[in-house]
Amino acid sequence: MVRSITRVTGTGIPVRGDDIDTDQIVPARFLKEITFDDMGEYAFYDARRDDEGNLNDHPFNEYHGANILVVNDNFGCGSSREHAPQALMRWGIRAIVGESFAEIFRDNCKSLGIPTVTADTDTVDRLQSFIESNPEAGIEVDIEEERVVYDGSEVGAGVDPSMKEALVEGKWDTTALMYQNLPETRKVANELPYIDAE
Amino acid sequence: MSSGTLYDKVWDRHKVADLPDGRDQLFIGLHLMHEVTSPQAFGMLRERDIDVAFPERTLATTDHIIPTDPAERDRPFEDEQAETMLQALESNVEEAGIDFYGLESGKQGIAHVVGPELGATQPGQTIVCGDSHTSTHGAFGAVAMGIGTSQIRDVLATGCIAAEKMDVRRVEVTGELSDGVAPKDVILHIIGQLGVDGGVGHVYEYGGEAIEAMDMEGRLSVCNMSIEGGARAGYVNPDQTTYDYLEGRQYAPEGDEWNRLVADWETISSDPDAEYDDVVTVDADGLDPMVTWGINPGQVTGITEPIPSPDDFDGKDRKNAEDAVEHMEITPGETMEGYEVDVAFLGTCTNGRVSDFRRAAEILEGNTVDEGVRALAVPGSETVRTRCEEEGIDQIFKDAGFQWRQAGCSMCLAMNGDSLEGDEVCASSSNRNFIGRQGSKEGRTVLMSPAMVAAAAVEGEIADVRSFGGAN
Ligand code: SF4
Repeated sequence: MVRSITRVTGTGIPVRGDDIDTDQIVPARFLKEITFDDMGEYAFYDARRDDEGNLNDHPFNEYHGANILVVNDNFGCGSSREHAPQALMRWGIRAIVGESFAEIFRDNCKSLGIPTVTADTDTVDRLQSFIESNPEAGIEVDIEEERVVYDGSEVGAGVDPSMKEALVEGKWDTTALMYQNLPETRKVANELPYIDAE
Repeated sequence: MSSGTLYDKVWDRHKVADLPDGRDQLFIGLHLMHEVTSPQAFGMLRERDIDVAFPERTLATTDHIIPTDPAERDRPFEDEQAETMLQALESNVEEAGIDFYGLESGKQGIAHVVGPELGATQPGQTIVCGDSHTSTHGAFGAVAMGIGTSQIRDVLATGCIAAEKMDVRRVEVTGELSDGVAPKDVILHIIGQLGVDGGVGHVYEYGGEAIEAMDMEGRLSVCNMSIEGGARAGYVNPDQTTYDYLEGRQYAPEGDEWNRLVADWETISSDPDAEYDDVVTVDADGLDPMVTWGINPGQVTGITEPIPSPDDFDGKDRKNAEDAVEHMEITPGETMEGYEVDVAFLGTCTNGRVSDFRRAAEILEGNTVDEGVRALAVPGSETVRTRCEEEGIDQIFKDAGFQWRQAGCSMCLAMNGDSLEGDEVCASSSNRNFIGRQGSKEGRTVLMSPAMVAAAAVEGEIADVRSFGGAN
């Protein structure tokens, strides 16, 4: 079950704007859903619609099949809801390139195996423009080599050391790691005075 | 780093492994579950095709979204979302083989009331629940913490959570409580002294003569609000009071097995020479009944004390005090006595137990609720309700003009339709007075002990319970 993530390839989707908070990523009213199953449909739900409820020209309405999200500064700020990365993941996002990320959002992404990598304002802007002109072009986010490759060239990208280690060595999924220790867990449990050993 | 405390000993016993990110893999001895935070976790388990690892260490009930008006408890509920959530829980626990105390069990109630009264909560356990007030269970000398959805998935799938060990602060409560002063007043006072962020990064070990003198229900009230003081957990070392409470309860073992466990519990208490990261002393001698005047539980004062002015604070606290004055429409310099109330709410995982209703009933006996007040008594569990009815307490409440409800969280967070309206003021035995908490953005909550809620209901305004003859 443990899976190493060294790079993500696919096509890009630019969402421009600083300080895009988790409430924009998933509006609060969808938090009452009893599963995450439909969260993908709620990604940027309000931002994707005009006042009459009709779909507008938001990138999430246009870049179908894209999996590499490119954003600007302080992405994922606001409430710590895990629904936000869940929604992006279920929509199809597998990696995010941005100028910077809110810390809790970044950690939540890590625990889902979604790399968040950083680059400076100009680099991000050029990448967003490139995708806007070439929506079908292939892009690669290389976590191991800390770079983004597109249009026949490569640009350096920042990867947080703990995120890099977790993803590359397949240690990002705590559920999987702890599941592997199930025999040891049973041993610890059976030694507890209040549990009857089997 | 602390050593030799109950927290250290319980942690060590339950630690399974070091995780690569520096956290510990901790086995969980009791996982309590309710309808609101668990369905997504079961969904994630299904996606991974994993079964619940330790269903026998899990116990479920339903509390947050349950109607408490007896007339509204027939299935399906009118509120479709509540019905959907409860159905999801019912099918999940059935499939996994988890003990479930639903509406027909006669034992349904708030998870933090049900766990202790069934004897499932025991000393020396690690306990989690997808709810921040899980700290309640620490009253038994357990390490009990609230967890989020992804951790619920972890504990279902692996029996463990990834956790970071906290610092341990000993909170020594000296002195003796005067008449009319309750454990709730003690914890409100502690939060007022140490601040709502004071416990961040810590667990609180409560001790000292005032805590030792409390019964289990009092200790539960204290530990319940640890989280309001910023502490992740709070506990009391187990003693004879703890064992006497547990003996004979449904999940408590009997005979030799019981003796063996009690002997073990004696060893897990903090050692006399235990080292703490921090020790603070709080004096309970001469403490007044406490009331909050603001919009967080740390904005609290004695009933005879003046409301502070924002000028008495700096920085963030000053801003919070200004916001409180505006929202609550209070006058700094005056006391809270005489502040008019529209609603009296008695119940919750803080103060929804039999002793809480008994204390309130002593005030209500022979009195009537002020005609301007809507008064709700919501037992914390059906077991509590039944017991109160056996003792005739329900009759005292009904005669006084209270609505006598069935068990649930009710107006504590207003997820079930019980809600403040407009800018109503609520005298509440709950634990949070945040803006909007009780269902109305303009609503105003004043936290206090159960007896103080009863006194406010009778007077139609915040009153000093000590002015009622015979009050304890
Ligand atoms: S009574 Fe209130 S604080 Fe307690 S579990 Fe229910 S909603 Fe949470």
